[in-house]
Amino acid sequence: MLQRCNACGQAYYYPRPICPHCMSDDVHWFQASGKGLVYSFVICHRSQPGFEVPYVIAVVELEEGPRMMTNLVGIEPDPELIKCDSPVEVVYDDVTSDITLPKFRPVEQGQP
Amino acid sequence: MPPSITGRDLRGSVAIVGVAESNRIGIRPDASALTLHAEAAKNALADAGLGIGDVDGLFTAGVTSVQLGEYLGIVPRYSDGTSVGGCSFIIHVEHAMLALEAGIIKVALITHGESGRSRIGGTGAGHRGIPPDSPQGQFEAPFGTMGPPTLFSLPATRHMHQYGTTREQMAEVAVSTRRWAAMHPMAMMKEPITVEDVMASRPVCWPYSLFMCCLVTDAGGAVVMTRADMAKQLARSPVYVLGTGEGTEHNMVSMMADMTSSQAARLSGKAAFDMAGVSHAEIDVAQLYDAFAFTPMLALEDLGFVAPGESGPFVEGGRTGPGGDFPMNTNGGGLSYTHSGMYGMFTLIELTRQLRGEAGDRQVPDANVGIAHGPGGMFSAAGTLIAGNASAL
Repeated sequence: MLQRCNACGQAYYYPRPICPHCMSDDVHWFQASGKGLVYSFVICHRSQPGFEVPYVIAVVELEEGPRMMTNLVGIEPDPELIKCDSPVEVVYDDVTSDITLPKFRPVEQGQP
Repeated sequence: MPPSITGRDLRGSVAIVGVAESNRIGIRPDASALTLHAEAAKNALADAGLGIGDVDGLFTAGVTSVQLGEYLGIVPRYSDGTSVGGCSFIIHVEHAMLALEAGIIKVALITHGESGRSRIGGTGAGHRGIPPDSPQGQFEAPFGTMGPPTLFSLPATRHMHQYGTTREQMAEVAVSTRRWAAMHPMAMMKEPITVEDVMASRPVCWPYSLFMCCLVTDAGGAVVMTRADMAKQLARSPVYVLGTGEGTEHNMVSMMADMTSSQAARLSGKAAFDMAGVSHAEIDVAQLYDAFAFTPMLALEDLGFVAPGESGPFVEGGRTGPGGDFPMNTNGGGLSYTHSGMYGMFTLIELTRQLRGEAGDRQVPDANVGIAHGPGGMFSAAGTLIAGNASAL
């Protein structure tokens, strides 16, 4: 889900009740496509609780426009294999019974 | 419409009259963050030939001005706790200039102290943690982004993709900076390194290896400022404020509009150059905050020293090192001299020493005009100072 402003028409992330583009409070939720492109990424070698190093931190530019911080999964953490501007799609990671995180995996070339 | 204010009338109106580090920097398990503030304040006031009783304006970040005022035993007429990361102290120069020039205060004291390594005193950037219900706690931290090495490196990868910038070029910055550090008596890391050494150092967060990352140290620093007329009566040659700028952009790096250029830095740099009325070619020495090897490269572009995407080739061949034609981070920088957390203070100290001609073995010949610039947070904010000695007025 993403939010879009009814006044200026722009989609935005992260969620908030006032549009960051025009300050209108006339906004709505809509179903996002779950598709995007890798805008940038890094490969973290420092251990963090809940993560097995190395892991990939990425900013994905969503098809609807906004960008979001996420992790890339389903791909080796190898800078030779991961490319900026390559297509990815959302995959949901149920971290706990309450919290689900949107992560992204590569879309095979030629797939819709 | 009122006439637009460019700040040109403020050029040369105030000066830096005292600078100093804390008594020692590096590893200081004997000193709290506030102690490091106080040592530096005492030393910088002594450098200026002033006493704590002269101070009526207090500027700080990391701790609040009331925490610091209590510790120093003063009751300042005016205080400013702008705290937007490592560039905060550069921004304080602009704020101090305005308060001095408005006649509200006579002596401004700007202090930094951080126990980044020993973690004594519980104050400073990174000590508070990220509240889980903040935007960053909800939309960045759950993806394992805790800390600058992961967040500050995202723009580097995008720059590599867009412009062909290489990790070897970033390593060149680390090598040149280390060569400067070898000539600074207080620098932590002095052993010469090569591009190969930097590339082979252990991976922290690709694209950064260890030697592309700043040190983590304990250090304090302080700057004393007065109006120009008073500065001429004091102990040291005044270093005049020619131009200042600041800008704030996003908080989370994932919200950075263009990861290959900081809007805050462009805004800050342009304001400083406009006020100073100097060209880039007139800058003799540059202190550009190097939290990571790529950080000053982006500053070179955003400040207009090189075109977008051209910082990689620019830093090759030791250009920013001793003997190069663009002396940068002549104290050895955050990469090799010290980096307690909010390093911006040390760009001011070194710029002042260079413009006074008292930088010893690392003195840049004929350094009359220079620039100090840094980002705050993850390219979230920026502060710029262009300063000059008496010959620059």
